[in-house]
Amino acid sequence: MEIVKKAQAGSFESSDVLVLIEPVEKGTGRKIEVDSAVQRQYGDQILTIIQESLDEYEVNDIHLVFNDKGAIDTVIKARLETAIKRASNAQKGTMY
Amino acid sequence: MQNSLGREIPEFIEGYGKTEPFSGAWTKLKKGEMSEITIPPPNKAKLAHQTKLTPNLEEAIAKTNPHDGMTVSFHHHLRNGDGLLVKTLDILAKMGIKNITLASSSLADCHTPILKYIADGTICKVWTSGMRGEIGKAVSEGAMQLPVIFHSHGGRVRAIHTGEISIDLAIVATSAADEEGNGTGTFGKSAFGSMGYSIIDMRYAKQVIVVTDNLVEYPCYPLSVTQNFVDYVVVVDSIGDPTKIASGTTRITKSPIDLLIAKHAADVIEHSGYFVPGFSFQLGAGGASLAVAKFMRDKMKRQEIHGSFLLGGVTSYCIDMLNEGLFKSVFDVQSFDAMVSSSLYNNKNHIEISAALYANPYNCGCMTNKLDIVVLGALEVDVDFNVNVLTGSGGYIRGASGGHCDTASGAKLTVVVCPSIRGRISTINQRVQTVVTPGESVDVVVTERGICVNPAQPELEQNLLKAGLNVKKIEDLQQEVENIVGKSKPVEYTDKIVGVVEYRDGTIIDVVREIKH
Repeated sequence: MEIVKKAQAGSFESSDVLVLIEPVEKGTGRKIEVDSAVQRQYGDQILTIIQESLDEYEVNDIHLVFNDKGAIDTVIKARLETAIKRASNAQKGTMY
Repeated sequence: MQNSLGREIPEFIEGYGKTEPFSGAWTKLKKGEMSEITIPPPNKAKLAHQTKLTPNLEEAIAKTNPHDGMTVSFHHHLRNGDGLLVKTLDILAKMGIKNITLASSSLADCHTPILKYIADGTICKVWTSGMRGEIGKAVSEGAMQLPVIFHSHGGRVRAIHTGEISIDLAIVATSAADEEGNGTGTFGKSAFGSMGYSIIDMRYAKQVIVVTDNLVEYPCYPLSVTQNFVDYVVVVDSIGDPTKIASGTTRITKSPIDLLIAKHAADVIEHSGYFVPGFSFQLGAGGASLAVAKFMRDKMKRQEIHGSFLLGGVTSYCIDMLNEGLFKSVFDVQSFDAMVSSSLYNNKNHIEISAALYANPYNCGCMTNKLDIVVLGALEVDVDFNVNVLTGSGGYIRGASGGHCDTASGAKLTVVVCPSIRGRISTINQRVQTVVTPGESVDVVVTERGICVNPAQPELEQNLLKAGLNVKKIEDLQQEVENIVGKSKPVEYTDKIVGVVEYRDGTIIDVVREIKH
């Protein structure tokens, strides 16, 4: 999928994550910034899930800001999916 | 060497001395006569009509023979609104005093400025019930050369009796006092209620300064602090901000999970076999435990079961229950809001007690020994029911021992309430990072996901099962939660000991190590 615009998903509540995405020039690659309340305990795992999700949706060029307040894996996947789909115009929702 | 909970305790800890390993909640105390001597308080004399009033705190401190290596004590009744601890240390630092032992009954976020005095050697040792925020983080990352010694509220009294904490100067905040130093926390613009912790300090400290922002006509009463223990009296603009007392742990929860846990806990109490007329009760000040009061109140009214006394840290919920006649009396070592202070002033059934009467294990019996039911919080519980209320996720110090192990050991029914997950961190674990209260003192753990009964209490488990409550084995709950949050990477520590956790009897129940950072 191609990231064509800015989008976000999630929230800054405890046990949730706020995912912010913006497009970058083609060929730039994946610029990922992770800030997590559970960095020490789950930091590596979180990065793996982000990369896997981006692989799954074939997103190669992206600026992704991941602000985590302790979301579990399934929540992380859901937030990433929503943000990616919003940012690539694949999903029409109430939040653009 | 290992203590009876399998915790590795060095035989000697620099800055603490020789250690005595924890060997069971009552193992040491059942002797009855304790081998340590009680340090005698100083003998003093004052002339008639000699004035104790001193123009400011600087002059008063100067009169008390401040010296390198001295121990200064404070009480934490104003919690996060305290205005005297940092001010006092500012003065001592300005005088060039070094190597101070800070013995505050607890520390709050408002005390963060002391970090600079830890860094420059003004403070070299700390005794406290707990610490949070920036101070906890700095200490966990090795800011201090000597370990912080964490005591329970009862344990602090014991340590003062035995001279482990030998107080040179006690700063005692009062919201009303007279020129001789009779003082109270029950009235005045900065009223904060009970003075339970400072009652011990004033008896044993070599020098006592009473500080007030409300000098009243002699004699000031009710008598919480009495003039026969007071050296100097200082009037300041403000002793602190009592509206910030409840900004620590004592907020009343609106969280639906905490309320659900509280409801389950009240159901546990109702069917435990201990919910009978005349029961005594204490509640922790944390989110879910405080909310238990709300549900207990309904049950007591509906079933017309009236209790005897409420104990401990007192919130306005407790006062409501007292005023409604649900309990006969409240014994108050620490008050959590303005309504409590005025009740303490006005209601003869609301009684101020010292930390010694409250929880000291080294006397002829403290009131926690007479508790039927206590509800307490936890940062973490393990499958052996050991409770951690000191170190949070990531191993950082962010809590307090408080009266946790004192009340848990004394009560017939100890209920620990906590959410099973806090922001992806499991609360129910194989092994807690730090033990504050041993599993043998904990009877039941209540979470939103299930209720776990200590296998040592089969009768209690039967009672709860009969009532149809969601009882689970703690090992199963631990696994269930781990399946949700995933296995976490363990915290990495260095060998340096940054905290020594004393059990109430003075044995070492655990140590806190420096976090690799």
